[in-house]
Amino acid sequence: MTLNVLVNNLSLTYGSYPALKDVSFMLNEPKIYGLLGRNGAGKTSLLSILASYQEQTSGAITIGGEIPFENAKIMQDVSFIFSKDYKDESDNVKEALKYVARYRSQFDLKYAEYLVGKFKLPLKKPIKEFSKGMQSALNVTIGLASRSPITIFDEAYLGMDAPTRDIFYRELLEDQSNHPRIIILSTHLVSEMDYLFDEVIILHKGSIVLQEDFESLITKGSSITGAAEVVDEFVLSMKQLNTQQLGNTKSVMVYGELNDRDRKVAQQKGLEVGPISLQDLFIHLTEGDD
Amino acid sequence: MSTLFDHDKPIYLQIREKIEDQIVNDQLKEGEQAPSTNQLVSFYKINHATVSKGINQLVEEGILFKKRGIGMFVADGAKGVLVQNRKDAFVDDYIVGLVREAEKLGITEKEIVQLISKVKRSDSE
Repeated sequence: MTLNVLVNNLSLTYGSYPALKDVSFMLNEPKIYGLLGRNGAGKTSLLSILASYQEQTSGAITIGGEIPFENAKIMQDVSFIFSKDYKDESDNVKEALKYVARYRSQFDLKYAEYLVGKFKLPLKKPIKEFSKGMQSALNVTIGLASRSPITIFDEAYLGMDAPTRDIFYRELLEDQSNHPRIIILSTHLVSEMDYLFDEVIILHKGSIVLQEDFESLITKGSSITGAAEVVDEFVLSMKQLNTQQLGNTKSVMVYGELNDRDRKVAQQKGLEVGPISLQDLFIHLTEGDD
Repeated sequence: MSTLFDHDKPIYLQIREKIEDQIVNDQLKEGEQAPSTNQLVSFYKINHATVSKGINQLVEEGILFKKRGIGMFVADGAKGVLVQNRKDAFVDDYIVGLVREAEKLGITEKEIVQLISKVKRSDSE
């Protein structure tokens, strides 16, 4: 079952500070959505509204057609995984999993135990004595094993070392292909995680910059490299994201799809057309004026 | 993005070439199960959409075929087709460049043939 998420002109202000401004988007397929934004872009504010942790100032949000805030039925289907503070948690992993199993109807205890093994988490040690990375691994275990129709991982990897993050990504892909659901991954580790996203949403200063399929987004950006004057002429009418120059060789990142004719022209003029990474796009679409 | 890929060719083409290579080298034999999209995504750390694009081309061309619910398999005759394709492309991919470069450097046809024999001899030693 897929619940759809509909967000319409959502705004959130803290005092006079606008954290979210007129945010609208729709998630209606069981996919992995990458929510990208720089520090303070509003990622956590947005996600905490989705998860009913707080209410918006204006605008509307519905999940499966219902307003989620203080709606027990919807909240049951939304898991919000973030870097939780466990300093007072004297329970061990076993007890914690048992507790989650009680209120998540689709929780798969066997799978959770498998993940605990993969992450090599001690079963009987109190969670408050875990390292940050181990606590994050437990959060991720709970998030994956809950199999909630909407699962949100808000920078859930904090403190994990690289091999542990790799286990997380691998298990996420595997479990998503067996049990498709709406998964939202918020991150600024773009280059490390870009291969996980089916769709990308970029949030900048509280507003949505874009929402697009990974593949079509990535084909929109190109780098044009060659002799400076020739490059300048070629990119004249294009949206330019960034320019680098080394001697007479210039490389310009452009945004906007190149058609076959453009490519042919580039080739005839001896220009090199290369792909650019999501990380590059992200950096240059969210920089400037600050 | 993985460092196993180079920057001047679309990644989905490189994905399909890696699978083609395995078939041509007999690492993947006809009738055997090919790696799943998910395995490729996790291994190469390349986006699902990109991997699927490469795989789907191979399926459309009849190199791989899908068995519902089981996975992807190498079709009968796949190796023959790939070898023929590569033979067809051999002139464009290798010979044209070789001849042009040789002309630039003033290497004669006879010398090219001698060089080829020399390389072959040193390979077989």
